[in-house]
Amino acid sequence: MDDQSVLKTTPLHALHISLGAKMVPFAGYDMPVQYPLGVMKEHLHTRAAAGLFDVSHMGQVIVKAKSGTYADAALALEKLVPVDILGLKEGRQRYGFFTDANGGILDDLMITNRGDHLLVVVNAACKEQDLAHMQANLTDCDVTLLEDRALIALQGPRAEAVLAELWAGVSAMKFMDVVEVPLHDVPCIISRSGYSGEDGFEISVPEAHAVDVANALLEHPDCEAIGLGARDSLRLEAGLCLYGNDIDTTTSPIEASLEWALQKARKAGGDREGGFPGADRILGELANGTTRRRVGLKPEGKAPVRSHAKLYADAEGKTELGEVTSGTFGPTVEGPVAMGYLPVSHTAAGTTVYAEVRGKFLAMTVASLPFITPTYKR
Amino acid sequence: MLKFTAEHEWLKLEGDVATVGITQHAADQLGDLVFVELPEVGAELTKDGNAATVESVKAASDVYSPLDGEVVEVNQAIVDDPSLVNSDPQAAAWFFKLKLKNVSDIDSLMDEAAYKDLIG
Repeated sequence: MDDQSVLKTTPLHALHISLGAKMVPFAGYDMPVQYPLGVMKEHLHTRAAAGLFDVSHMGQVIVKAKSGTYADAALALEKLVPVDILGLKEGRQRYGFFTDANGGILDDLMITNRGDHLLVVVNAACKEQDLAHMQANLTDCDVTLLEDRALIALQGPRAEAVLAELWAGVSAMKFMDVVEVPLHDVPCIISRSGYSGEDGFEISVPEAHAVDVANALLEHPDCEAIGLGARDSLRLEAGLCLYGNDIDTTTSPIEASLEWALQKARKAGGDREGGFPGADRILGELANGTTRRRVGLKPEGKAPVRSHAKLYADAEGKTELGEVTSGTFGPTVEGPVAMGYLPVSHTAAGTTVYAEVRGKFLAMTVASLPFITPTYKR
Repeated sequence: MLKFTAEHEWLKLEGDVATVGITQHAADQLGDLVFVELPEVGAELTKDGNAATVESVKAASDVYSPLDGEVVEVNQAIVDDPSLVNSDPQAAAWFFKLKLKNVSDIDSLMDEAAYKDLIG
């Protein structure tokens, strides 16, 4: 119990307990890994209807230029992130990552143009480091961690209908739109995005009203509380990276197959080419390719192949190729799914490689990502 | 005779053969199982050695042999449908049958009352 006493809690902690959640330590927080429904049913429910996730442990950070203009905040953050932030329209969100001088990834994040400032959402485990990184480098900006807001994700094909009970205007939102609206008179910031491969929303709520908003959403018969266990299997089926597993300072964005996140303005020949940490390597890899890539891997048998399983070219374990970075059982796929890094010689879809699991070498097929068809509302 | 181990296995002894499975408590803790790997028939198992592997969506867990013995039969039904372990762990979802090296070894294991005390 000593470990528990030092864990932080989110504004929804008591709600999780009252719903019968099994709590585990995650990134310094006491978080629900599953509810009585169980990981399998929670996963399938999210794909069939709507799931509510507490992601309040993530860092919500305001970046505002001292000049007060959006452009100054955007240009400042572009020094740390290889993404077109200046060109992001008001009320729109975009995925990005902080890179380091070696072209590795320090964290991945969501970036929103909020008119006169940026709202960025970073991973829980990295938030102190990210905050320090931004405060040290964005000297012409005020960088503020919002410690008084919860973040609630609502994901799944019925998410729109569930949220529409509180705000009818939701149906006009498109994927990656961000609006500020009152839900039950509580000012909330809603983005149409998520981490499940489904249509859905992330709702930033003032801490004092988080339980009320969560309960109002959970009142809908299509909405169930979903834990971190299903959050992980959902994102893996959707081919989305988990920072610390699939991407970290040892992987470049190009190795990680995340080149789609770099817009034209920041690439060679663009208006603001380079100018972010590790640009030489990252733009060099964009032009000339890299030696290894992140790929989807589908085990041929029924056994899940977990992270850190070694990958080989042969069934005898002679030629090591790389490592699995995420692996689990995909309830929607109805079989095991994984991702990992392979040399480019072995990344064509359909290539067979072998993973070492408990002394055996299990065949896996390189598969295109995602494993499911996303239902984002474009 | 029904016996239990601190590793949350149950044994039901008939003659010198013990049917072995995991307890309801263990199944509840593991959550939804998606994969089961059983020992080969004929395998010689040693007490506390690896006997089987079960995997939930989240993680893999080992099942240990409760005593020394030889595997004489395995339950293919739980390999085909691992969810059976969650729904009926102490009957239909037995794991394997172990021909005990020394039948009297089973006396060292817990009875049901002692196991219930253990899991509180």
